[in-house]
Amino acid sequence: MSLPTYTAWNYRIWHYTYLTICGLVFFFLIAPLFIILPLSFNAEQYIHFSAKMLALDPDGFSLRWYEDMIYGTKNPWGLAAKNSIIIAFFATIGSTILGTVAALGLSSRHMPYKAAFMALLISPMIVPLIISGTAIFFFMAKVGLAATHTGIILAHIILGTPFVVITVTATLTGFDHSVTRAAASLGSNPVNTFMKITLPLILPGVISGALFAFVTSFDEVVVVLFLAGLENTTIPIQMWVGLREQLSPTIMAVATCLIIMSTLILVSAELLRRRSERLRGINR
Amino acid sequence: MSTEQILSSDGLPLEVSLKKAERKNKLKAVMLVAPLFLFLIITYVFPIGDMLFRSVDDRKITQMLPNTFTAIEKWDGKDLPDEPVYAALYEDLAYLKKTKTYGKIIARLNYEKGGFSSLIKKTVRKLEKFEEGNYKEQFIKTHKRWGQNDYLVSLKNAAPNWTFAKYLKGVDLKYDQGGKIIQQDEDRRIHKILWLRTLKVAFWVTIFCFILAYPISYLLATLPMKYSNLLMICVLLPFWTSLLVRTSSWMVLLQQQGPINDLIVFLGLAANDARPELMYNVIGTFVAMTQILLPFMVLPLYSVMKTISPSLMRAGKSLGGTPFVAFRKIYFPLTVPGIGAGSLLVFILAIGYYITPALVGGASGSLISNTIAYHMKSSLDWSFAAALGTMLLVGVLTIYWIYNKLVGIDNIKLG
Repeated sequence: MSLPTYTAWNYRIWHYTYLTICGLVFFFLIAPLFIILPLSFNAEQYIHFSAKMLALDPDGFSLRWYEDMIYGTKNPWGLAAKNSIIIAFFATIGSTILGTVAALGLSSRHMPYKAAFMALLISPMIVPLIISGTAIFFFMAKVGLAATHTGIILAHIILGTPFVVITVTATLTGFDHSVTRAAASLGSNPVNTFMKITLPLILPGVISGALFAFVTSFDEVVVVLFLAGLENTTIPIQMWVGLREQLSPTIMAVATCLIIMSTLILVSAELLRRRSERLRGINR
Repeated sequence: MSTEQILSSDGLPLEVSLKKAERKNKLKAVMLVAPLFLFLIITYVFPIGDMLFRSVDDRKITQMLPNTFTAIEKWDGKDLPDEPVYAALYEDLAYLKKTKTYGKIIARLNYEKGGFSSLIKKTVRKLEKFEEGNYKEQFIKTHKRWGQNDYLVSLKNAAPNWTFAKYLKGVDLKYDQGGKIIQQDEDRRIHKILWLRTLKVAFWVTIFCFILAYPISYLLATLPMKYSNLLMICVLLPFWTSLLVRTSSWMVLLQQQGPINDLIVFLGLAANDARPELMYNVIGTFVAMTQILLPFMVLPLYSVMKTISPSLMRAGKSLGGTPFVAFRKIYFPLTVPGIGAGSLLVFILAIGYYITPALVGGASGSLISNTIAYHMKSSLDWSFAAALGTMLLVGVLTIYWIYNKLVGIDNIKLG
């Protein structure tokens, strides 16, 4: 955004002021995340920068909180991580399958009452989590699935499907249906057509929907707070409990791991999005 | 003269054959949507309906005092009721005592009128000494409150199967003895404040998000791809990061010994021993929620701005408009759909926020969601939690409906 040489001085000032404002907003967005990284390597038991850390003295840094996170005897992080992964894994599979199949139907031009169905299928994303949590808790308690993995997985499938529906329908707009018709005319049955033609083409959308569903389940805390028993504790629950008591460096270590994970997910989601746009021939 | 009908290969008229094929395709599409639809109906829509039901359901006490309520129905509420009411009450209480379940009616009746707790407990204790016949006199002898009209009116008021009392409580109203709607007692009017605060926070967070998002969305939309992709990461990384991680980073930043307070002290804005409280109040809620919800404003704005051709602004300027006029008259109106989409999305999300206000909001920064959670987990007044939830749900669904009308739900973009 370099300015031409004839720009008047007042526009010049305005232009640089504008860029400074943008810089500050980007700083506001991203800086809070980076405050956590150095603090997780703190050698002391406090959540602020010690004099040694500010002087960049190696003695001020240590990995003790990461050790505490993994080997600490009283720490529930191991069980929590195991539960989180199991729950998120099955919730992702469930929401991806249900969401993709529904998106295929919704994208068909023969689908009646499309808008109404779409509004209903997206609603778990819009309705405040506290309400979903309350309603799902009453239901799960009634059918005896409260405080079970199954109950939490079902709840997370509910919360994850809207994301899959949205991403897959987005991928399917601009999908060239003549290729599936071509396959059918060559004698392929619908299942075969889907597996060999449609799925490979919409796969980037499906995977990015699955990533959304995974992250939704992995981060979700409100509904789990209602549903989980001691056995079903998850990483977000443990963070929630820890944060309510007091900020501890171990939480900073866990948070750092989560930030690294979200960075990896972001990178893969971005790569998938670009691949999907290339596959669909959308050039921006 | 008859027109020859065109037949398809299977001998049916083409029109019929086409309709059949259309119907088959329609059925196929519906069958694909059906599994998720049925799943959501059973595990989501039905439970929300059940929650609605629970918020007005008052049948438990009716089932526990069946004879009393049948007998008291005919009573006009003026003079003390006659013997049959007391006899029915004796029958019910005796049964409740035998099954040791009378504790459950105490809380419910005490909610109707204070003083029922000791009244029921004392009466149940002395129930064995009751002799058959003339129950009215014996009841009044056991406790003089059985001879006071208010208590019996309250008992009668608890009889209907359905009640809107919890909804009234949610807006600081209640039924008086005569069934009229009146204001809640002064010291119990807390919910109106909470609703107003929730609306206020959601409103201002939306405004702040808009003010911060507009310039950077414009920058992202106008920069060359290779720079904007890099800057887009600044928006998307927080978006993909765990909510609890982002909230905990605000707890680190806003704490009393935290970096922001250090800066304030360093700049001489406050003394070291008088560091301002930035957290556990409404300031913390505002700041943290604005940063957390900002990507939800940037993404719709960006996707709208991306479609606006830069030549429009150039045309405006070449026709003699200053850049400011060109922006106000051409660019800004074109971004209004994005502003609407982003604002409604942020507002909907903010109005139901729970985690962040609970962690950084303290008492003065907590919102309606926190109260719902409190009644679900601590006070265990589930029907009240359900009533508050239903009220919030109606609000959100109204906004959702407007959003759907204005933006169209299939235009939601993610990432």
